[in-house]
Amino acid sequence: MNLIFETSVLGRGCSILPECDVPVPVLPKNFCRENAPRLPQLSENDISRHYTALARRTHGVNNGFYPLGSCTMKYNPKINEEMAAQAGFTAIHPLQPEHTVQGAMEVLYQAERALCEITGMDAMTFQPAAGAHGEFTGLLLIKAYHKHRGDLKRTKIIIPDSAHGTNPASATMAGFTVISIPSQEDGCVDLEKLKAAVGEDTAGLMLTNPNTVGLFDKNILEITKIVHDAGGLNYYDGANLNAVMGVSRPGDMGFDVVHLNLHKTFSTPHGGGGPGSGPVGCKSLLAPFLPGPVVKKQQEQYHFETPEHSIGRVKAFYGNFTVVVKALSYILTLGAEGIREAAQNAVLNANYMMKKLGDLYTMAYEERCMHEFVMSLEPLKKETGISAMDIAKGLLDNGIHPPTMYFPLIVHEALMVEPTETESKETLDEAIEVFRSLYQTAKTDPQALHDAPHHTPVRRLDEVGAARNPKLHYSF
Amino acid sequence: MGSYVPSTPAQRREMLEAVGCASMEDLFSHLPQQVLLDRPLNLPSGLSELEVRRIMEKMAARNTVFSSVLRGAGAYRHYIPAIVKQVVSKEEFVTAYTPYQAEISQGVLQSIFEYQTMICELTGMDVSNASVYDGATAAAEAVAMCRDRKRTKALISAAAHPDLIQTVKTYCEGSGTPVEIIPVREGKTDLDKLSSLLDDSVCCVLLQQPNYFGLLEDAEAAGKAAHAAGAKYIMSCNPISLGLLKTPAECGADIAVGDGQPLGLSISFGGPYLGFMACTNALLRKIPGRIVGETTDVDGKRAFVLTLQAREQHIRREKASSNICSNQALCALTASVYLSAMGAEGLQKAAEQSFAKAHYFAEKMSEIPGCQLRFTGEFFHEFVAQCPDIPKVMDALEQHGILGGLPLEGDLSGCVLWCATEQNSKEEIDQAVAIMKEVCGA
Amino acid sequence: MNAPKELLYTKSHEWVKKLDDGSVLIGLSDKAQSDLGDLVFVNLPTVGDSFAAEDTLCDVESVKAVSDVYAPVNGTVTEVNEILLDTPEAINQDPYGTWIAKMTDVSGLENLLDADAYVAICEEE
Repeated sequence: MNLIFETSVLGRGCSILPECDVPVPVLPKNFCRENAPRLPQLSENDISRHYTALARRTHGVNNGFYPLGSCTMKYNPKINEEMAAQAGFTAIHPLQPEHTVQGAMEVLYQAERALCEITGMDAMTFQPAAGAHGEFTGLLLIKAYHKHRGDLKRTKIIIPDSAHGTNPASATMAGFTVISIPSQEDGCVDLEKLKAAVGEDTAGLMLTNPNTVGLFDKNILEITKIVHDAGGLNYYDGANLNAVMGVSRPGDMGFDVVHLNLHKTFSTPHGGGGPGSGPVGCKSLLAPFLPGPVVKKQQEQYHFETPEHSIGRVKAFYGNFTVVVKALSYILTLGAEGIREAAQNAVLNANYMMKKLGDLYTMAYEERCMHEFVMSLEPLKKETGISAMDIAKGLLDNGIHPPTMYFPLIVHEALMVEPTETESKETLDEAIEVFRSLYQTAKTDPQALHDAPHHTPVRRLDEVGAARNPKLHYSF
Repeated sequence: MGSYVPSTPAQRREMLEAVGCASMEDLFSHLPQQVLLDRPLNLPSGLSELEVRRIMEKMAARNTVFSSVLRGAGAYRHYIPAIVKQVVSKEEFVTAYTPYQAEISQGVLQSIFEYQTMICELTGMDVSNASVYDGATAAAEAVAMCRDRKRTKALISAAAHPDLIQTVKTYCEGSGTPVEIIPVREGKTDLDKLSSLLDDSVCCVLLQQPNYFGLLEDAEAAGKAAHAAGAKYIMSCNPISLGLLKTPAECGADIAVGDGQPLGLSISFGGPYLGFMACTNALLRKIPGRIVGETTDVDGKRAFVLTLQAREQHIRREKASSNICSNQALCALTASVYLSAMGAEGLQKAAEQSFAKAHYFAEKMSEIPGCQLRFTGEFFHEFVAQCPDIPKVMDALEQHGILGGLPLEGDLSGCVLWCATEQNSKEEIDQAVAIMKEVCGA
Repeated sequence: MNAPKELLYTKSHEWVKKLDDGSVLIGLSDKAQSDLGDLVFVNLPTVGDSFAAEDTLCDVESVKAVSDVYAPVNGTVTEVNEILLDTPEAINQDPYGTWIAKMTDVSGLENLLDADAYVAICEEE
């Protein structure tokens, strides 16, 4: 289809603004740009049709099953969208006087209280805009904590090799040296390796539990204790909180600081890559270091306060506010029981799919999974030449968004499936049938899968060409 | 209790049986007893949609929506064409994830490619990424792009937005990058001081245009000074102003950043917004975040894909220079639709009218005894003015549904940072001036 | 596997070619290029920079990976192969005919592997 610039017609346009009702002074020429930007010239109808065509070429949760592991692509309730779109939230200026934004501050306050209860933390900042941003913030809290105590030799962060790539990248950005420790075969932390890695230079440990292969690390209390005993702090990557919310709390597992992904666990939409929200919660020992300002409540009035030893800002204003509105609306809807029910059903759906596929596909780990499970396509690839990528592309022809591919790195030919709780048994059964029939196709007609997808708007792309000769904007 | 779980009790029993569990609790029986929460969460019970609506509407109603806003300072109320909200609420765009599977994500990918093109056009730069969190973090990421083994120090203008300066400092504290603030003189970056701060340890100079006080900097001179000392030059720009002002490329910038909020995003109590980032070809491999490139599929059809991914955290892990993995895709889409609806002409009109209204407002205000412009330099759509009895003025404006300018602190206490855009009609401005006149006893 | 006898090698899969003037050319072995897959970019070192053996000299990118290239010896970079900026695939096509950097003031050549020793190590992997 055409690019919007190719649809553009010289002299066309929309009539949006009136003529100016005050005199227009002349801006000295030395401040003025030479040429106007080449923006498209379109009627409103042109614009509407262009983006409708783009929407048709996009697969969202609304279009179909989206079991993208570790991304928690659950249904995004519409009431949340409507509530966040109210003028009372969207038309308020971030620097309005506090007495004129008490409702917005109440949103932040209530969301903080609820999320602290769910995670077992004491205080929270909503400034981080995404999970990775939250990781960076949380690690700076750990850094500031040690520094404040004069404990300057704690420069290392321990991260299992099964971790998401953002963990080590965030640690480096925060100025730490990363100590990567190999996981056990079951993807869990190797206690002996951890004991050997901790010491006087340990600033902390970054971990997600359930871990990146979808298993709950049973030694979690021992793990966090080893780090605490060595003088380090424990960071919880909340990417997988959907599995345990209302059932088990990071705070009770021995974690000192967590980030949440409101766009995963708390149902706010991903928007094709953002905006998300990655609030960071912490135990009271880290609260004095939180980015400022934070909302405090005094006699039914809310006000902003900057914590005493704040690490400073990580973003302008207060974070992705309307995303927090959506998450709060979700939490109010589900309530105490609903949150637990969501986690239970997320785990049930994952185990059900795993069970129904386990006789054909090789599961990387046989034991009970949490909200997601990992299959290894390595045996199938050896037998038929069909890789995880080929199965993924085969799913595209069936209207299913593929699982996360080739992650975690410790499993070869990995497909990581996270159905979420908002999918019905009918959807799961259909997907199971698709997976099973693709497995048969791999054996009977592997070429069909090598060539897949067949029915998508475009087929497999030349990624090497894209990277060798980057073409990153339209050439007029 | 509200719930989005579709499976019925009968289906749950069936599924439990299939996995060999007696109950939902049983699914968690392998967790250590000590970490299981032995009580319900201390949260209210779940609610129906109507109940949730009542509560959330009540909270929204506790906020004052001003009919007229004369405050900017990093969040600007511009007119948002109706088509913008319609397009960006399409469910496919709202509910998709990052476009990893290009074959079924061409819509999102093409929209980002178009966004990148528009940002290149606005800024005059060669390369744009798919956007980052906001203008402040874009500036921080830009500084990180410039740092190398030999040059580690960043110079930031004191006339940049305070939140931007603080964010850059926080990021630099993490990476161990020393930051020095270039002082201001008469509301503008002091270029003499800049020259004296420049040496071969400086990796970059960051300037904001128009600056926090609304003034237009001598951006070219600052760029020349930076380059003469071998440092990179970063400009943080207001995108609406680029409908009128010299592009960062024309000013010699190596990296252009800014907050995209004015491009069709509501002010929303500070977010979500988007940060745009664009750079020269020379820095192509250093720009962080997602980038979409054009390629072809096996049938030779034009197609779009996330590219240059080897720069990114999921491959580089601890060697990555940034940890960012999301962009603000839906906000970038908003900006694209806005720019498509406005066109170059409309954007120029928005810029010109904002400029004109701010100047009209400043002129009228200067007629009030005790009110006068604090600085003499050329300004865009914000200006600093001295003002008597600020709290009283703000109260009086508020009672008429007008959000006055932002009272400043420190050296500029007794002054207010005012803003006008095309949204503010002459009538509105005249009314605000009349109210101020009355309060000031003129 | 292909490892010309006249070159020296490292365990990290760089090759070194001694030139008559005492300087050396450095490139990536056939095994390295085949493990990396299609290269899309070579981030060349800066002329004039000095390196100790095993320092990161530069990096190369394929679509899905970035790998460091390590300095095989101590020395100073005097020249880089700028052809690679436009055609990184030259390394895939002709790994031993495509050098990345030239170094002078070289020391530490005695620690490098000969072709047989290098092949033996690769076969163990």
